[in-house]
Amino acid sequence: MKLTFYIQGSDFTHAGHPSSEVKKVLKQLGIDGKTIKNIVIALYEAEVNVVAHAWKGVVHVEIEENKITIQVNDEGPGIPDIDLAMQAGYSTASKQVREMGFGAGMGLPNIKKNTDELVIETEVGKGTRVKMVNYFS
Amino acid sequence: MSGLPKYHALNVDASKCIGCTHCMKSCPSEAIRVINGLAVIDHERCVDCGQCHRVCPSKAFYVEQDDLSKIRGFKYRVILFPSVMIGQFQEKYSENQIYEGLKKVGFTHVYEVEQPMQVLIDSINEVIENKDTPKPVISIYCPAIVRLIQGKYPSLTENLILRKTPHNLAAHFAIEQLMLEGALREEIGLFYATPCIAKIASVKSPVGERESIVDGIINMNHLYNEVMKVIQENCETDNSEQRANLSREGILWSLPRGESSHFGSRSMAIDGIHNVVRFLERMENNQVHGIDFLELRACDQSCAGGILLTGNRFMTVERLERRAPRYPLAKDIPNSVIKVDQEELKQKLILDPIKPKPHFIFGNDRVKAMEKMDRAQRIVCFLPGIDCGACGAPNCQALAEDMINHKAKMSDCIFLQQMWVDEGQIKTHKAFLNVQKKWGTDRFKADCNKRGKRNEGF
Repeated sequence: MKLTFYIQGSDFTHAGHPSSEVKKVLKQLGIDGKTIKNIVIALYEAEVNVVAHAWKGVVHVEIEENKITIQVNDEGPGIPDIDLAMQAGYSTASKQVREMGFGAGMGLPNIKKNTDELVIETEVGKGTRVKMVNYFS
Repeated sequence: MSGLPKYHALNVDASKCIGCTHCMKSCPSEAIRVINGLAVIDHERCVDCGQCHRVCPSKAFYVEQDDLSKIRGFKYRVILFPSVMIGQFQEKYSENQIYEGLKKVGFTHVYEVEQPMQVLIDSINEVIENKDTPKPVISIYCPAIVRLIQGKYPSLTENLILRKTPHNLAAHFAIEQLMLEGALREEIGLFYATPCIAKIASVKSPVGERESIVDGIINMNHLYNEVMKVIQENCETDNSEQRANLSREGILWSLPRGESSHFGSRSMAIDGIHNVVRFLERMENNQVHGIDFLELRACDQSCAGGILLTGNRFMTVERLERRAPRYPLAKDIPNSVIKVDQEELKQKLILDPIKPKPHFIFGNDRVKAMEKMDRAQRIVCFLPGIDCGACGAPNCQALAEDMINHKAKMSDCIFLQQMWVDEGQIKTHKAFLNVQKKWGTDRFKADCNKRGKRNEGF
């Protein structure tokens, strides 16, 4: 089954809606709590990345029998150095974003930690595409 | 795990129910549907919070309880009650008079359940201080919350703290004390006066206990009325020795922050079941960090807002808050007063593991479940999305899910039906009969006393 959500940049109030909805669906499918938690954390971090850095984004979720594939595509500044961004604690978030309790530099590292497969494609000045796959046990 | 069947205390009186949907709309676990004009509870989903009982304008919900005459079979008749009971009485009645009233009703021993409190506080602290315990720990004090978590937030069951509640503490304590005085176990009858419906269910079929320790359960509202019949304002009998183990912490335990204020460096207290639901959603989304202890209670103002209470919840809180400072701190009550072996008592407070019981699953076959959810999603596209409840389900999503589980029909939605009439797919009269079948013929009769009018019920 497929689900689609739209994310608006700088809208911190509504960050967390897609992950919350995906969680509800996975619970109804009887997926185990640990796997759901990993997926929810990864998706939430990806959402916050879009909200904090990009102008707008879209989340495509596809749930199959044995896995979930989540694509988070945004139109935004892109990531100049992915290796650097993958380091825990490295952040380019603005002071304003940090004051709101986000931008601790744990986004991508947390996504990596909580997904089975992660592919990031980015183009500076255009946007970023994050593809995450989690397998159900 | 308990081998006892899941017991439910709540039932609907078909002769009183008017199918007004207030209960259905307020249920936190979507456990109520209106079928043939009557509210029907799905006992698998029900968590016994009693919201439906609270909002029902026709008082159609009733609770099963034990008759007071049941106590006669025992030589030692112990009444156990949470301290909020004291708060039900007007200020002019002293604690001594209330205790004396309970004895006149037929009890031989009176125990407020929150004693000896230090034993439970120490026991809970041992769990929190253990590094392997998943944080935040969630109190199991409110049984409706335990059932809500098992059913709706199954992944959080591992956070439930496996320590029993004050009613178990006092029950074990009373047994030990009475046996020290020479009573035989079978001569002791323990009766719990409950402020709420969830406690009835949890005492009849406890979660994480092999069998219930209590012999009977009495509605606090009913007991209050019985005591009021016999209470005397000028009675000066001193029975303070029955309260020798009562502490400041104990008296405040059932009120908001009564538990959480004792545990961890950061703790939170949330009361009101819908507030708790919103918080647990966040917690499940991993947005709650750094908290050690959570006190979650289904009723607004915690047990002072219990459904089976008579008094005003805020006045109850105020009386108990003024009462508490007159009692010592739990740690200052000497062993010579407690008498029983506290280590042994502590051991008895350990619960068996609590298992999740998810109740929002579309069957165990994942492929079929996905097909069903896909279908439900498509159905939702055609529903009006105003959650009017005229179909007998609490919202459009719930109706769509009921449809794919063969519990509802497309024609249950009055909007879809209206559209079909307009398109000439069904006749007007057939559409009318459909609604009549759902809601009964009375719904269409003129009746100036009809319930469900504005300002009624709440």
